[in-house]
Parts: sequence; structure tokens; C-alpha cells
Amino acid sequence: MACKFISNEDITLWLEALAKDHVVFVPVDDCGSVTFRPLAEGRKPVLDRVPVRSPKEAVFPQNETLLLYKYEKDLEDPEHSTVRIKETLPKERAVVFGTRPCGARGMTVFDRVFDNERIRDPYYATRRENTLFITLACNKVESTCFCHEVGSGPADTAGSDVLLTPVQGGYTAEAVTERGGQMLEASVFADGGNKCAEAEEVKKATREMLGEAHDYSDAPEKLLAVFDDDEFWEEQAAGCISCGACTYLCPTCYCFNITDEATGTTGKRLRTWDTCMSFQYTLEGSGHNPRSTKAKRLKNRVNHKFSYYPDTYEKNIACCGCGRCIKSCPASVDIRAIVKAAQARGAKKESK
Amino acid sequence: MQALAELKEQIRQALPDLDVVIGWQQGFDALHTRPLFIRSEEDIDKLVVNEFCVVNPASYLRELRGGKKVGLVLKGCDSRSVIELLQEDLLKEEDLTIFGFGCNGILNHTKLQARFGELGFIQSIENDGANVTVVVGDNKETVPFTELCADKCLTCVYPNTLQCSHFVGEESTKKPESEKNKALEEFEKLSLEERFAFWQDQMRRCIRCYACRNACPMCVCKDHCIANSREPKWLSEEVDVQNNFMFQLIHVMHLTGRCVECGECERACPMDIPIMLLRRKMAGVIRDVFAYNAGTNAEDTPPLMCFKVEEPTIEERH
Ligand code: SF4
Ligand code: SF4
Ligand code: SF4
Ligand code: SF4
Ligand code: SF4
Repeated sequence: MACKFISNEDITLWLEALAKDHVVFVPVDDCGSVTFRPLAEGRKPVLDRVPVRSPKEAVFPQNETLLLYKYEKDLEDPEHSTVRIKETLPKERAVVFGTRPCGARGMTVFDRVFDNERIRDPYYATRRENTLFITLACNKVESTCFCHEVGSGPADTAGSDVLLTPVQGGYTAEAVTERGGQMLEASVFADGGNKCAEAEEVKKATREMLGEAHDYSDAPEKLLAVFDDDEFWEEQAAGCISCGACTYLCPTCYCFNITDEATGTTGKRLRTWDTCMSFQYTLEGSGHNPRSTKAKRLKNRVNHKFSYYPDTYEKNIACCGCGRCIKSCPASVDIRAIVKAAQARGAKKESK
Repeated sequence: MQALAELKEQIRQALPDLDVVIGWQQGFDALHTRPLFIRSEEDIDKLVVNEFCVVNPASYLRELRGGKKVGLVLKGCDSRSVIELLQEDLLKEEDLTIFGFGCNGILNHTKLQARFGELGFIQSIENDGANVTVVVGDNKETVPFTELCADKCLTCVYPNTLQCSHFVGEESTKKPESEKNKALEEFEKLSLEERFAFWQDQMRRCIRCYACRNACPMCVCKDHCIANSREPKWLSEEVDVQNNFMFQLIHVMHLTGRCVECGECERACPMDIPIMLLRRKMAGVIRDVFAYNAGTNAEDTPPLMCFKVEEPTIEERH
């Protein structure tokens, strides 16, 4: 990978240039918390904090209009009305700037689900095709970071088009995809020179801060072994308040709901985020709810990420290790600890 | 906490007659605790009581209703939620065993974060009651406790657990820093247009995760909340300013006269939306109109649960 250099000052020029034909999402201070918002006058990117919201929303927004509809009465036959439908495929081109490697990796979890040989979700696939990710490698780590334990790392390039690494005076830039390479042809980039070696040092040092990685590779079977262990799941879920903040902030959670939101005779078909942590998620029309308790719901979240998904998609864990679910959980529920407890419980049972 | 050993001993003695005792245990780092559900002797040793015990254990009572014998370790403010639930007949006093202590205040993660960057980067933190010393990277800073504590602690007049079965250690002599909440006072100076603009900007950020609702000890509907009832459908699934604000107003109005100002809703909000402004405002209105302070006396009847021909604070027009 060719390595180039861009100075702190030139970052702004680069982003402004990109904003000419893209919506450029940047992490900004949004009334105190850091969220991704379109670049605009007076919005300075905040690059020393990890955004509380995940970059997934550039590709999988919380609200997405799938189509517009309108009922029209048949004047000849007032008993009948026809419905007109207008497709609303997203068109805009976007750049997500300043996501962390973990967040960008989240997109690879989506890709396997929404765009594969069997299924192509046109809304997702179109946005994904039209969105570029410029990722920022980390130079420090938080107590909630565990990217290194789920197959990623603080300089992971999966899901990104360009990887920036902070060095003295600016960033080194490496192209990950061909389209990323084209972006680096802009005149604001200089040859990386000795900055490249510095960047490698930064990457190495950050990886070392994370320490030894716990091994989750036997988690799928260990989790299955405790599947019917109600006592275990009730204990793990005792503190959970079943809110769903964890799933909404997660870069790899992709569940959604589809509703028709009507105003009179017109309306839109809307796709919005949904969460397996909510009671309504599995509430059936009959009133029966197979996941009636928070323990059953938490069990689903953990299993989906560390067991079902890896089973379906070549052992890939559906967790990018960003730690948002832990950091923002009102009750400090720690998904790492739950999986580890399941692994340990399995081991205990075997030794009997 | 000085008297932690004694508290543990009280719990040890009471445990055989209880299904569970809810307190706090160490969380994933030095700045976080998480709820502890004590069911056996070994669990007792995990108990911690410190300035990071932010969760209100009473928030879990709703799930434990129906004959379970529950013990709770409660801060003064938390204990108000239990009293309010008792007043509303949502709990039975004989099912509860409350372990009280004198609280000296808790630290607020949002304030710590605003001051020192991400919490996860903080290496160590020490609190001597008056000052907090924080180490982040090569920097070491000492800040007065009052600049980093929860807002509720600044106006707290009930630092000692109210109506408890057991009290441990010395009573707290903590005095309120001010009578009224500063942020609310400032907010009330704004014009109506400015207030509306403020809320539009805040509500834009809401992700409708409902952490505010689910963390609230007084929110008893939860799974059957009108915000996500599907038949009938009151709120659109669209997450926009209008619907978000509508949800917040529903929450506030459903809690008016019941809200004990424990601050859990705002603390739980991952987007740090200052929704306590709304709650405090309404609690003030209820104090002014009905001379009622939620959850402070189990003998009281909440104003919305009784009818009086004449209210002491309302002048009747005859
Ligand atoms: S988990 Fe932490 S260290 Fe790893 S990529 Fe994400 S923010 Fe960086
Ligand atoms: S794990 Fe935490 S964030 Fe997720 S639903 Fe439970 S309490 Fe909410
Ligand atoms: S409000 Fe009072 S009782 Fe509650 S945490 Fe603060 S000082 Fe303690
Ligand atoms: S916790 Fe915050 S973000 Fe979540 S619904 Fe409540 S106000 Fe909105
Ligand atoms: S509305 Fe907020 S402050 Fe009031 S009781 Fe509920 S959580 Fe506590």
C-alpha cells in the first residue's frame, strides 16, 4: 500500500473539496456528545473522541423512506380506489470521515446480510455503493475497546476505503480500495516519506496498549451449551433495563421495522431501526411473546453476535469490538463478560 | 465507605429471609459500578458503595413485584422512589427491607467526560469528598467535587436514606449548595422562542432508545408504553424532532406528580439530552400548586390520586 501524507491544515481543504459532490459525514460535537453530521460551515471535526453514534447510519439510516404512496378514488366507481406508488431509491453520494476502524468494520457485517448471492437489498446496496469510508487509526485505547478480540484491530482496514494514521503534524494516508486510491490523488497529499515509518510505530504501539486478546473462537458452541440454562441468562440480564440503547449505537446491529406512516390518503413506507431488546420485537399478533423476558432478549443479542452469525457467515463474529454497547449502557452491562462467562460455564460443565 | 463491613453484616443477617438484595458491584473499569443482585452469601462480598454507585436500585422493583421479598441498598434520593411507589400502592411495605446510609454524593459521568474527554481514557480517579483528582495520560488535575457531581447532589436535602429498615454508619451532614437547580434557573430566563429552539435541537438528537423510560423507577408501563403500542398506534415510528418531543412530553406528563427527581432518566440517556429540565420544572409546579414533594413521606397521598374540596395552596373562587 502506497503511503501518503496530509497535514492537519489540509484536512479541511480536502473535506471541503469532497463536499462539492458528496455529503461528507464528520464526527462533530453535537451539544456535548460526538455524532456524525454533514460537514457544514462552523462544524469542526472532533477527532480525539470516539463518536457515540455509529457510522452505520450513513448507509443504514434510522429512518429510510422505501416508497411513497397515494390512494386515489376512482370517480367512476367510488367503491374502489387505486394506489400510486413511487420508489425512493437513495441517490446521494456520501463520504464518512473519521470513523474508527471498528466502526468501519461494522459495514462488513452488514454486507454479508444485505448484499449476497441470494439477497440484494437495493436500498442498502445503493447507499453502500455510493458511500466511501475514510477511517482514522487509533493512537489510544479505551477501557471498553476490544477490537483485537473479534478479529479486528486499531488499524484494521476492513470496510474502509482509506486509512489515516495520526503522525506529527498530520496523517499518513493509505488507500485500501481502488476508489480510496483515487481520492488520494488529490493535490493536498504529499509523498509519505519518513512519516510512513512513524505511522507503523503508532499502529504497533496502539495494538500493544490493548494487550493480549481473549479467544472467542469456541464461543458459538459454548453459548449453545448454555442456551437452556435459564439461571445463567437471568443472572446475566439482571441489571439490564431492556432499553435497546446498546443495539441502536452498535455498528453491527441491523434489525429493522417496516411501517406505513399515513397522513390522510398519502403516506410513506418507512424502514426504521428495531431492537431485539424490546418487548415488541417478537410480540405476536395473538398476544403471545416467545421472548417475554429481558433475559431471553439479552440471550438473543449475545447469541446473534457470537454464535448464530459466525455459524452462518464463515466464523465471522457480528461484533466489531467498539465497546459502544458497554460504554453507553445505563447499567454497565458488559457483553465481553457475558460471552466469557458462557465459555467458562461450558468448561465447568465439561469437567464434571 | 467507612461502614461497608457493617452493611455487609446487616445484609448477611437479613438474607435468609429475602429473595434478593439489590446493591452495586464493581463494573468494567474503575469509573463504573453495575447493579448487584445478592442471592447467596458469596455475592455479599461483591458489594461496593462509592461515588460511582449511580444506578437507582429501585428501578428494578417493578420486575420483582408480587410477593418477592426484596432488600435494597438505597441512597437518599433512591429511597424516595420506593416511598412514592408505596404511596401509590404499587408495592407492599412488608415485602421490602431497606438498607440505608448517609450519602455524600455521586459523580456524574457526563460532566467527567466533558471535562476530561472519554471516560475510557481516564487512568485513575480519587475523591476525598471535597476534591476529585483525575489522571489522564500525562495530565493530573484536581477539581472540586461540586463541579463533577450529579446535579441532584447540588440541591439534595435528603442525603440520608428515608424510611429504612437498617441504617449503617454515620448520618450525612451534606448541605445543598443551592436551593434551585442552576440549569433550570438559567433556562427559565430564556424566551419562549429560545426554549423551543433549544428543545428542537436537543430532540433532533434523540434516538428513541427509551433508556430514559426504562431506567425510571416510576415508569410502570414500560413494555406496554403508549410510545410503542401498535394497536392503537399513537406515535409514528419516524424518529424525528416532532415524534421525539411528543414522546418526551408524554413521559414528563405521565410522571408529573410522581417523579422523584432521581435523575435516572437523564443519566441513562446515551445522547446526554438534558431532560431533567422538564422533570424539575414539573416537580416545581407540583410543589407550588399542591404543596407536595413526591416520595418524601409514605403517609402522603399523591395529588393526582386524591380529591380535596379545597387545596391549601389554591385560592378558590367562590
Ligand atoms: S475498539 Fe477502540 S482501539 Fe479498537 S478500533 Fe475501536 S476505538 Fe480503536
Ligand atoms: S444491555 Fe444495557 S443498553 Fe442494552 S438493553 Fe440492556 S440496559 Fe439497555
Ligand atoms: S442526591 Fe443526595 S442522596 Fe442522591 S446521590 Fe446525591 S447526595 Fe446522595
Ligand atoms: S434516553 Fe435519550 S435518546 Fe433515548 S429515548 Fe430517551 S431522550 Fe431519547
Ligand atoms: S422521570 Fe427521571 S427523575 Fe423522575 S423519577 Fe423517573 S427517572 Fe427519576
